[in-house]
Amino acid sequence: MSDFNEKVEIEKKTLGDVDINSVPFTEVEQSGPASLAQQAKGFWVTFSTMFKKNQTVQYPDVKAPTAPRFHGRHQLNRHPDGLEKCIGCELCAWACPADAILVEGGNNTPGNQLSPGERHGAVYQINYLRCIFCGLCVEACPTRALTMTNEYELADDKREKLIFEKDDLLAPLRQGMLAPPHPMYPGMTDTNYYNGDVKEAHPSQAEK
Amino acid sequence: MTTAELLGKDPVWLIVVKCLIVFIICVLATLMAVWTERRVLAKMQLRTGPNRVGPAGLLQSLSDGVKLALKEDIIPAAADKVVFIIAPIIATSMCFMAFAVIPMTGVVNIFGHKTALQLTDLPVGVLYILAVTSIGVYGVVLAGWSSGSTYPLLGGLRSSAQVISYEVAMGLSLVAVFIYAGSMSTSAIVDSQHQHIWNAVVLFPSFVIYVISMVGETNRAPFDLAEAEGELVGGFHTEYSSLKFALFFLAEYVNIIAVSALATTLFLGGYHALPGLGFTEQWLGGWFTLIWFFTKVNFFFFIFMWLRGSLPRLRYDQFMKFGWKVLIPVSLIWILIVASLRVLQQEGAPRSAILAFAAGVVVIVMAMISLIERNKEKVRSTVLPEGEAPNFPVPSLPQVQSINVSGGK
Repeated sequence: MSDFNEKVEIEKKTLGDVDINSVPFTEVEQSGPASLAQQAKGFWVTFSTMFKKNQTVQYPDVKAPTAPRFHGRHQLNRHPDGLEKCIGCELCAWACPADAILVEGGNNTPGNQLSPGERHGAVYQINYLRCIFCGLCVEACPTRALTMTNEYELADDKREKLIFEKDDLLAPLRQGMLAPPHPMYPGMTDTNYYNGDVKEAHPSQAEK
Repeated sequence: MTTAELLGKDPVWLIVVKCLIVFIICVLATLMAVWTERRVLAKMQLRTGPNRVGPAGLLQSLSDGVKLALKEDIIPAAADKVVFIIAPIIATSMCFMAFAVIPMTGVVNIFGHKTALQLTDLPVGVLYILAVTSIGVYGVVLAGWSSGSTYPLLGGLRSSAQVISYEVAMGLSLVAVFIYAGSMSTSAIVDSQHQHIWNAVVLFPSFVIYVISMVGETNRAPFDLAEAEGELVGGFHTEYSSLKFALFFLAEYVNIIAVSALATTLFLGGYHALPGLGFTEQWLGGWFTLIWFFTKVNFFFFIFMWLRGSLPRLRYDQFMKFGWKVLIPVSLIWILIVASLRVLQQEGAPRSAILAFAAGVVVIVMAMISLIERNKEKVRSTVLPEGEAPNFPVPSLPQVQSINVSGGK
């Protein structure tokens, strides 16, 4: 307490030495108002702008394409034969800084083969009320199952509708794909799948 | 036959019809003005502006008005209820009343009756407009006071101080017009311009002062200190909602149109056509003059929008300084000059004497300006010591072409 008081007194002393009227300062030349012609320039800017093409995008009527790598809604991809790429490893959920992803893995059984190998994602949810579209989940995905589309119209009127389930996120079936569950391509291992050796579904896969 | 005599023969039903026409014109013009302003300002900012409601967004202000009317009407607990309700009524009705003496057309035919689209023609018409707009200030002051809240009070005080100070400059700029036209009646001023030349040409300084002070008087950018959003929330109408707010909104725009119409009447020849296009005045049975009138009003309205799009808001002290120390002295001197010239002319002084007087005025004004310039204290300048060139890359300053980023040699 006594130390504190001493310090305050020292500061007072140094302050008292300075006369408020003799504080050194530097005068800087003021340019003053610009000439009338200079001031009129601003009016010309606004006037000429009226005749320029305006920048507004008439959004709901006209949808401007996004940048090719725009971070939009996620998508769960498929192998060319229709099996899901997601193996339920939860790395995306762990990578997510906003805790927007919930994954529960499940075992692939002979009657319920959803993805190559042993495991598949049984529950896959992305909460778009939390998602910040940073793309760390996409970087974390070891099988390239999770990527992002360019779709950005995600607004909705119910909170429940903005938690996207696996069905909402899965990529559609393309030409040559079979809807899982179905067995793996005959003679192929999960490694072959990841290496891209499977090009399309085999007729035997359709038989149950 | 003068306009006053022409209007004196109006039957009562025609006066009622004209009242209605003037009222409808004011309201329609406000709706159009809001839309025009939003579109033009948008254009100046590379935007489109409202384009959803109706063709090209024309009905936007109508739908905004309906929305305002349907909103909840709140009267704050601390408000003085009676004054709170009366204030917007005063503000709005006074703006409409200003339109009564504005001549909008020449001689036209309304339902088989030969008359002019002007409600009444007072011998002191312009003074009447000044008086009525001054009463309109009561609406602003009372609104600010009766809200029972700090921001509206400050905003109300600000705008009343502003309107009153700029009304002085406005009134003084009109004096030169009165001297020149020899009348205070709006229609007589229009006639005198039709016979000679537009007042905007002969009384150019008055015209400039009027245009500046009409912006100050209507509380518009760059003089919109009373509604400085960043400082006073909404100014005097912060506590107002629903239809009462709509009334203030309406009053603001009718006021703008009224001062523009007055400027047209006093300085740009009123409803008459541009010089050399006089034959158009007979088109549509004389109603074409109404188009000329509103073309000129829109010219002034465009100036309002242009100012709003280009200039930042003034500081309050600068604004008051400009009004009292620049506009009023300049218009006083100008009135002296105009009055002297007028007297010389009327007393039949020879042309050489008038010219000599004008030359003398020019010499005196120039001498005064140079004296003021010379007496201005030269600002001492000390060059700041140059620091060492920075050793890291820095963005180039606007006035510097390039900067040494290597540091040293």
